[in-house]
Amino acid sequence: MEVTSIHDGIIIDHVPAGTALKVLEYLRINPSATKLALIMNTDSRRYGTKDIIKVEDADTAIDLDVLGLVARSATVDVIRGGRIVDKKTPTLPERVVNVITCVNPRCVTTTEPGIDQVFYLDRADGDVYRCRYCDEEAEF
Amino acid sequence: MVGTSVITLDDLSIAQIRELLDKAQYIDTHRKEVAHTCDGRVLATLFYEPSTRTRLSFETAMLRLGGKVIGFAGAQLASVTKGESIADTLKTVSNYVDVVAIRHPKEGAALVAADAASVPVINAGDGGHMHPTQTLADLATLRSRFGRVNHLTIGLCGDLTFGRTVHSLIETLCRFGDVRFVLISPKELRTPQYVLNRINATPSCSYVEVSDLSEVIGDLDALYMTRVQKERFFNEDDYLRLRDTYILDEAKLALAKPDMAVLHPLPRVNEIAKEVDDDPRAAYFEQVRNGMLMRMALESSVLGDELPGFAEHENKEVMA
Ligand SMILES: [Zn+2]
Repeated sequence: MEVTSIHDGIIIDHVPAGTALKVLEYLRINPSATKLALIMNTDSRRYGTKDIIKVEDADTAIDLDVLGLVARSATVDVIRGGRIVDKKTPTLPERVVNVITCVNPRCVTTTEPGIDQVFYLDRADGDVYRCRYCDEEAEF
Repeated sequence: MVGTSVITLDDLSIAQIRELLDKAQYIDTHRKEVAHTCDGRVLATLFYEPSTRTRLSFETAMLRLGGKVIGFAGAQLASVTKGESIADTLKTVSNYVDVVAIRHPKEGAALVAADAASVPVINAGDGGHMHPTQTLADLATLRSRFGRVNHLTIGLCGDLTFGRTVHSLIETLCRFGDVRFVLISPKELRTPQYVLNRINATPSCSYVEVSDLSEVIGDLDALYMTRVQKERFFNEDDYLRLRDTYILDEAKLALAKPDMAVLHPLPRVNEIAKEVDDDPRAAYFEQVRNGMLMRMALESSVLGDELPGFAEHENKEVMA
């Protein structure tokens, strides 16, 4: 597949196949107002298939915590003048506040007003994220 | 432990749990000596859903320590909270009392309460999520029967899928180590994988999964029975069939060790036949007493009120 190259911006590679739009949403990148290229369900030597997100003129300060949360396998190339000037990998944040919401209908966060949505990284159980209140596993 | 909220047993170290077990045992034999431990203290029991037996246990515990009790439960709720958030209610009640016990149908409600309160909060059950003082009662019962909570073969029988008190007990026993678990349930109600992982991650603990209680009852030091709840089943026939398979009666008990202990978080439906109550192996009413004693130990500990004579008693134990 032909991949348009970009001059100044970022390339988010190794995004889990089919999830690029969701990743954009979590990164708060508005696809209707941003110059970007999406390559979805393309071949990947490492993962079989993957998505690639290319953002021209992007603010390179993308939230690596949020990226780690939704696409921990992703890599970020920072492009300046058509060349890769930096490579970044997402981190797995220990705590995530107000990025995802708990899906458990029995959770106190569904009824208590003014409460932060807080998730923690459960390293003992395969690095999943769990709601701080009810311990339900996060869904994306 | 002073000032600590207890939302799950993970909030307490094993050393602290051992100390609570020691205190409960001391309290049981020194009731007069401890009767003024919490003079001048006030406990609030905030019960957003009715659970009369748990509330009575928390309240009796404080009364027996010389403290007083205020609170609300179930029906009075609407007029007390007027739709107020848990956080605001706790910020208000913190001004009145020294310690709070909260029961709430929503999972995580006790943590919200502890975040907002300026006094220690004890979780008296938050939905099906956590019920740490039940697990403390279970541990105290093992301790009173065997003098220890580990180096035991413990059978858990019935609903092992949804019974969170069972999961909490298993996880806490894994922290003590050296327990063999025998998990007895129909295949529809087996132990969830994350609990099995917890046992696997503990080198000194092991488990087997079986479906026939009679087959394994002779191996057990303790048998923890649970309710098989109707709402877990899609159809009535499955429920009735499974419910009746896991009933403990004298015939099954005849196959058990003479000093096996039978535990149950109560209330029971029909999973333990009434005839078992008179058997010396029945420990479930003792468990109720132990629950109160552990709540006494916990309430006085988070308040920082020393039990008169306890420290000396412990030193004597160490010397002897
Ligand atoms: Zn939750």
